[in-house]
Amino acid sequence: MTTLSREETDALIAEVLEVYPEKAQKDRKKHLAVNDQTIEQSKKCITSNRKSLPGVMTIRGCAYAGSKGVVWGPIKDMIHISHGPVGCGQYSRAGRRNYYVGTTGVDSFGTMNFTSDFQEKDIVFGGDKKLAKLIEEIEQLFPLHRGISVQSECPIGLIGDDIESVSKKAAAVIEKPVVPVRCEGFRGVSQSLGHHIANDAIRDWVLDKRDGAAYEGTPYDVAIIGDYNIGGDAWATRILLEEMGLRVVAQWSGDGTLAEMMNTPKVKLNLLHCYRSMNYISRHMEEKYGIPYLEYNFFGPTKIIESLRKIAAFFDDSIKEKTEAVIARYQPMMDEIIAKYKPRLQGKKVMLYVGGLRPRHVIGAYEDLGMEVIGTGYEFAHNDDYDRTIKEMGDATLLYDDVTGFELEEFVKRLKPDMVGSGIKEKYIFQKMGIPLRQMHSWDYSGPYHGYDGFAIFARDMDIALSNPTFKNLTPPWKKVVEDEAKKAA
Amino acid sequence: MANIMIRQAESGGLTFYLPKRDLEASIESIEFDTPEKWGGELKLDNGGSYYIDPIAKPPPSAHFPARQAPWRG
Repeated sequence: MTTLSREETDALIAEVLEVYPEKAQKDRKKHLAVNDQTIEQSKKCITSNRKSLPGVMTIRGCAYAGSKGVVWGPIKDMIHISHGPVGCGQYSRAGRRNYYVGTTGVDSFGTMNFTSDFQEKDIVFGGDKKLAKLIEEIEQLFPLHRGISVQSECPIGLIGDDIESVSKKAAAVIEKPVVPVRCEGFRGVSQSLGHHIANDAIRDWVLDKRDGAAYEGTPYDVAIIGDYNIGGDAWATRILLEEMGLRVVAQWSGDGTLAEMMNTPKVKLNLLHCYRSMNYISRHMEEKYGIPYLEYNFFGPTKIIESLRKIAAFFDDSIKEKTEAVIARYQPMMDEIIAKYKPRLQGKKVMLYVGGLRPRHVIGAYEDLGMEVIGTGYEFAHNDDYDRTIKEMGDATLLYDDVTGFELEEFVKRLKPDMVGSGIKEKYIFQKMGIPLRQMHSWDYSGPYHGYDGFAIFARDMDIALSNPTFKNLTPPWKKVVEDEAKKAA
Repeated sequence: MANIMIRQAESGGLTFYLPKRDLEASIESIEFDTPEKWGGELKLDNGGSYYIDPIAKPPPSAHFPARQAPWRG
C-alpha cells in the first residue's frame, strides 16, 4: 500500500471513529492527528495526557507502575516494598528485564518481590504496624540492603495510612534511608504521574543526602539519566560514553545504586535519554546545582553520531577527538550491518505504539534500515513529547495518543504495515492477523538496542520478524470461520 | 501566581516551562534583557504571555513567580 495523502489519512480517522457514539467520537478525535511538520506546537493538533474514558480499551498503566516499575524498581541495592495487596507487585515482578550485576537476595534485589500482602484486617485496622514489622524483618533477613522504598498501592491512600511516619521511625532504627512514595495507582491518568511522584520522592529523600561530602571529581563526570537497562541498554550506552573519555558516575536507574544517585549532583552534565520519566529531576538538578541536561538518542547510527557529537560539544578538544575516533571505529561495523540488512528491509512499513521515548527515538533506527514509520503514538505522553515527535515523523503520517484497542486494530487493518512495534497485549491480535509484531517495551526478550552494539541486534531482530514465513501462511481465526462455512455450503 | 521555569535552550533562545501543566514553549520576546534589568513581559510562541518582575539577570535555569499578562504591578 502506498503512503496516504493528508486528506486520505483524515478520512481514515473519520471512518474509524464512525462507530462511536457522537460524544465519544468528539472526544477521541482530539487524540488522533495527521502529522504536519510545519506545526511547532503540538497542542494545535493533538490532545494528550487526558483521562481515558471507561468503556474503551486503553493500554495504559497506573501511577504505581510508573514509580515502582519504572523509576524506583531498577535501583538494585534498595528493597522496594509493594505496600498493599500482593498482586500489584507479584504480577509485575521482573517483567521489565532491568538487568543488573549483583547477587540477588544478598546485595541486589531487582527481581525479587517484597510485599506487605494486605488482608481484610489490614484494610479495616490499618497497615502501619505491618509495615513497621516488615521493615524490621527485611533488616534481619537482608542486612546488606542499602535502603528501603515504600511503594504505596491503591488501598494505602484510600484508608489513609501514615507511611511517612512509619518510614521516619524505621529509618532512625535501621540507620538506612526509608523512602515513602505516595504512588497509589489511582493517582493521575496514567503511569506518567507515577514518574513525577517518584522523581519528587528522589528529590526530597535521596538527591541531597551527600551534599557537601568529600568527592573526587573529574571534569568529565556525567550521569546517564532515564536509561533503565532493559536487556542491557544502559551498559551499551555506558561503553560508548567511556570510550569517549567520559566518566559515568551514575546510571539512573538501570543497574543503578543508591550511592550513585546521591553522587549525581556532583556531575558536570546529565545525559537524559527518557525525557518523559526523568525530565523532572533533570530540571531540578539544573536549577539547584546548575548541572545542564542534554537529551540524546542512542538508537541507530545516524542518531548516535549526532548525539555523540552533541555530547562532545560540552567538553574540551580531547573528548571531541576521541569521539571522532569512536565514530570512525564503529563506522565499518555499521556499514556492514546496513549493507546486510537494508536490502532485505528496504521500504517496509512500521507502525509503533509504545510509551516513554520509543515512539520517536526509534524512528531514526528504522530509517537507517530503509524502513518507514507510518504511524506512531504514546500511551502516556504529554504535549512536550508530541512537540518533539512532530519533527521526527514524516508528513501526513498518523499520530495517535492513548489509542484504544479498537482504533489501533482498525488503523492496522487499513494501513497494512509490514510490522507493528507495540506491547505484549497487542502482540497476539496482530500476529493472528498475519502481521509480525516486535514487543518494543522490553525488546521482545532480546536487546540491548541502544548504542552501536544494540543497533546490530536491532537490525537482526527486525529481519527475523519480517522474514519469518509463518505470517504469510496464517489465516486469522475470524476468517477461518467464513472459509469453513463456504466449504459447508459447497 | 504561576510558578514558571525559564532555561537557556540548546538553540540559544529561552524556553518557558510551566511545571504544573507540563507546558513547554519557547519565548519569542522578553521585555527587558540587560544584565541589570531582566524580565518583564514574556511573549510565548503559543500565543500566551506572562509577566515576571524585572530582576538582575538570573542563572541559565531558574524558577520565577509569574503572572499571566496583561498584568502590570
